[in-house]
Amino acid sequence: MNPPGLLKTTWIVFKKDMQIEWRTRARLNALLFFAVATLLLFYFAIGGDPGTMRKSAGGFLWLALFFSSVLSLSESFRLETENFALEALRLAPTSPRAVFLGKAAANSLLSWVLALALVPLTVAFFDVSIKEGVPRLVLALALGSTAIAAPGTVYSAIATNARARDVLLPLLMFPVLIPSLIASVSSTTLILGGDPMNQMGDWLLFLFLFNLVYWPVCFLVFPKVIEDD
Amino acid sequence: MPQFAFEIKDVSKRYGQHWALARLSYSLPAGKSLLLTGHNGSGKTTLLRMLATSTFPTFGTMTVLGRDTRQARDEIRPEVALLSHASFLYEDLSARQNLRLLASLMGIADAKKVCDELITRVHLNTRGDNPVREYSAGMRKRVAIARLLLKAPKLALLDEPFGELDPQGILEMEALIAELKAKGTSLVLATHLIEQGQRLTDERLHLQAGRVGEVT
Repeated sequence: MNPPGLLKTTWIVFKKDMQIEWRTRARLNALLFFAVATLLLFYFAIGGDPGTMRKSAGGFLWLALFFSSVLSLSESFRLETENFALEALRLAPTSPRAVFLGKAAANSLLSWVLALALVPLTVAFFDVSIKEGVPRLVLALALGSTAIAAPGTVYSAIATNARARDVLLPLLMFPVLIPSLIASVSSTTLILGGDPMNQMGDWLLFLFLFNLVYWPVCFLVFPKVIEDD
Repeated sequence: MPQFAFEIKDVSKRYGQHWALARLSYSLPAGKSLLLTGHNGSGKTTLLRMLATSTFPTFGTMTVLGRDTRQARDEIRPEVALLSHASFLYEDLSARQNLRLLASLMGIADAKKVCDELITRVHLNTRGDNPVREYSAGMRKRVAIARLLLKAPKLALLDEPFGELDPQGILEMEALIAELKAKGTSLVLATHLIEQGQRLTDERLHLQAGRVGEVT
């Protein structure tokens, strides 16, 4: 036997999550439906003013993603509590840090794919143009998705054994994610609506720094969350 | 080779206000097998989970295979296998995928071949690629047995291993226990089937409300 190191174990956990997702595709389908429904609700709520719609497009896109991510993160750990699969992972043994990295990477990817799928709908509903900003938009969506995934993975692990799990998760997550939400909305709005003051780079840098702080912190904290001391 | 499969000294475990185990002391020599009995809620499962390093004593010390469970859990875990009430399986993966996942986490060479052999051994050949969600309780138990065999443990912890199995499965489980003992694997068997358990094990520890009730 030659136990795998941190990176290989991370890959195994990531692959396992993707395998489960691909086998059922239940989570992605449900998230897509929920996110589209949220976007539609915003579209109808804002009325028919094209100017307001364009200004709000970035915010609505991120709110739809944000709400969907709560469902996604909750489901991500439900898989682990069913049949005590997480306990089996721990006893295999698997490094809790590799579990964090694998699951957070899988959650990031899922959120990013969902974000990419919502972009054409946002363009269609809110009459915005992405012609000149596709690479930057892809980057902003990626940074915003990873910013949600790292703390979200830790909080979903904390909330998973609580009685009111579905209520607790957003209560824990939202306050921490507000700075990243502001940065994600601001950078996306500037990409979609034009950036005359060249502010978008600063918001993307802020998102990058948010990730730079939260991923290591969550990486260090996660073992305490899932191990019984 | 450590002298004892495990040593428990004055171990207590508390969940909230409830003491699941209270001042328990016991040692099992390496290579021996123990029958663990007691009423529901007497602390059998808690003790097994502590031996598996899934949870740890609130007070007291516990060593497994010569090492302290709290300090050396990463070294102990590859050498201990727990067959639990829970199947430890991912419902949306097949039996084969669940086994390969464990094999890859353990770094077993030639994982595919080893897992295929185990699937054959537990008679799941024809259903091995179906998602576990479609399995009966007995079939899940068989996959859990394959997981235990994959680990080839030095200490095997079996919590109600005969539950959910059909008569043929029970006979095979008995044969498996005999096989593990012949290999020198230390074994703890928790069951309510006392006569059957006594036939298969060397010692008996009876728990009463988290305390040692009787040792034979």
